[in-house]
Amino acid sequence: MTGRGVAVTGIGIISSIGNTVEENLQTILAGKHGLSRIANFPTRLQEYIWVGEIKHSNEALSDSLGLTSPHAFTRTALLGACAVRQALESANVQDVCDLRTGLISSTSVGGMDYTERYGMTYLTSSEWHRYIPSHPAGDSTHKIAQYIGIKGLVTTVSTACSSAANAIMMGARLIRSGRLDRVIVGGTDGLSKFTVNGFHALMILADAPCQPFDMHRKGLNLGEGAAYLVLESEEIVQREGKGVLAYLTGYGNANDAFHQTASSENGEGAFLAMEKALAVAQLTPHAIDYVNAHGTATPNNDLSEGRAMQRIFKNTVPPFSSTKPFTGHTLAAAGAIEAVYSILALQQGIIPANLHFDTPMEELDLIPETETQHQSLSHVLSNSFGFGGNCSSLIFSKA
Amino acid sequence: MKRSVFINGIGAVTAQGVWRPEIFSDAQVIADAITPADQPSYKGLISPGVIRRMSRGMKMGIYAAKQALEEASVTIPDAIVTGTGLGCSEDSDKFLRSLWENEEQFLTPTSFIQSTHNTVAAQIALQLQCKGYNVTYVNGAISFESALLDTLMLLQMGEGDNVLLGGVDEVAEQTYSYLQAGGYIKAGSIHETVKTSVSPGVNYAEGAHFFSMGGHKIASSYGEVVDVVLQNDLEPSEVSSFLQSFIATNDLRPDDMDAVILGYNGDEQDDLFYSAIQLELPAATSLYYKHLSGQFDSCSAFGLAAAAFVMKYQTVPPVLYWNEKNYPKTTWRNILLYNQYQGKDHALVFVRAC
Repeated sequence: MTGRGVAVTGIGIISSIGNTVEENLQTILAGKHGLSRIANFPTRLQEYIWVGEIKHSNEALSDSLGLTSPHAFTRTALLGACAVRQALESANVQDVCDLRTGLISSTSVGGMDYTERYGMTYLTSSEWHRYIPSHPAGDSTHKIAQYIGIKGLVTTVSTACSSAANAIMMGARLIRSGRLDRVIVGGTDGLSKFTVNGFHALMILADAPCQPFDMHRKGLNLGEGAAYLVLESEEIVQREGKGVLAYLTGYGNANDAFHQTASSENGEGAFLAMEKALAVAQLTPHAIDYVNAHGTATPNNDLSEGRAMQRIFKNTVPPFSSTKPFTGHTLAAAGAIEAVYSILALQQGIIPANLHFDTPMEELDLIPETETQHQSLSHVLSNSFGFGGNCSSLIFSKA
Repeated sequence: MKRSVFINGIGAVTAQGVWRPEIFSDAQVIADAITPADQPSYKGLISPGVIRRMSRGMKMGIYAAKQALEEASVTIPDAIVTGTGLGCSEDSDKFLRSLWENEEQFLTPTSFIQSTHNTVAAQIALQLQCKGYNVTYVNGAISFESALLDTLMLLQMGEGDNVLLGGVDEVAEQTYSYLQAGGYIKAGSIHETVKTSVSPGVNYAEGAHFFSMGGHKIASSYGEVVDVVLQNDLEPSEVSSFLQSFIATNDLRPDDMDAVILGYNGDEQDDLFYSAIQLELPAATSLYYKHLSGQFDSCSAFGLAAAAFVMKYQTVPPVLYWNEKNYPKTTWRNILLYNQYQGKDHALVFVRAC
């Protein structure tokens, strides 16, 4: 990428480790995980799985947003609106219509939480019909757009667990192509019975807090949350003298083309995504100071991602960690939540700990950072991979 | 320097059958609330073991993608970009029903795995062994146009030579029954067309439309896609300025448009937007297509295929005319497409004969 990349001027986040950027940062520094048992909805899996659940009911989230009931915001839309509002405040944006501003959101679950709750009544009663049009994934984005008053370029990405990284990438490309001056990018996913049961059926949920990159890792913990970045063009930053939190300097998207849900043994898709991101950022692999890994803690992902890291970084893999033990795997939101953590890492000069790591994998000579590290960082690479072989990498650089 | 972007191949599975030169001359106007696509035989394309587990969307998508790539003589595209409003609803419905019926027990993962919105794009990548850029957009009526915008940026910036662009939405019994209960789809007993519609709701259908888009004009090229603009929300009164600014951005005047392809679907409120655009372009011949494709989130891709047909063959199939009387025209150079749904997700697409 020529120049300094695309400026990040605002960030907002809500996750199981905090309702704000500051709360998330403090919990990461304290090394406290955010996993618990599901409390917001009844499920048979309650006793068996750990989740990164946000302990606010939909009603509480709705009140905090000042929404008037009845409305048809699903949990995904509510979480998204919370994070977007913060991101705009952080970027000091008062009026989203004063520039050509877009919104590129992402979600995998969309409005499934209400469909699974009320769907069986739709054909016999009209009581909950207002949630019928809330089902499609794009509706959560419409609700967020409506909440912040954005009417222009608004769209939604859904590439499973790499969704938010692709939304961020699309936003950056829209700015670089001159189509937008400012774009709010990120992702949101609420926990639902549909998703927890889906992952349970796949037998990739751990019955304990997850252990990314550990020899004895047993699978992932699901989570929920939302995070958004405000990206602005260099011209706007100059003209308005805006504070820049970090620059998005690289991005890459590739497909593993191996299997609908499993990653290839040599991490081909992950390797290609990182390679492309480095090329866009015009950086060599050794310029990367920290990798925020996808690191779901499934046997398959961590081995495949680990191999890909060894391929791209050769014998000098930079410090890396997965922050999923803090938040759980927040699916479509993960790429944005981890983008916020990558930006915090650059700003604060920290490397978040990879919690619960104990024993290195036999197959690879790779050990993540197990304690929070304090050191100055210039370039951070963040990975997000998803079902369907979708692999994406982002590079953030110090402002 | 921005490169031009061409439609070099088309493939589709629609309510009017698969993409072929006779698709419009054979076409029958839809008069049912829900019309499934006229499915081709998938024999030889997908192995019998695999096909059993595949939803309609996956099968239609794989077929249409193959057809589009073959026409453009592309083996492996540099990127695959798709749009779908509802995604893989059939598998999604299936998993949800078993969740309800078995109270979260005895669930098998296949339908969950295939329920993610990116399944079709992923399956095509897997079949083609295409390791390039791969993204799926899911945003109501501009799901397909979002993918088109991404495709334009990829090709204009030279990030690839060939991009496989597609839109897919499938009829899923449960999801469509909810849309029917909510009044979005006409009642099952109703038999009205886009033109004769008086009852609430719209005639829905399904389809997969794929386009092999390229940075170079080739023998099979249908035309050029010049620009697309997306707008989340508009009032009918704002349509005029939305159109004027798009036309001005592309250095055109309203009179330059030979035809305008409108998303008329028979819903009174929806159709207000299209008549507003028509008024702004009095010299353009008005065409429509949802009486043939039916409504679904990515159905505007059928509109783009119709535009491509008109540009390539330099003739308008009579079934596409919105008005009964039309000024005779012999050349079709500039065509504008406009679609939206219930005042949301507006897209203007400008295409030009090449």
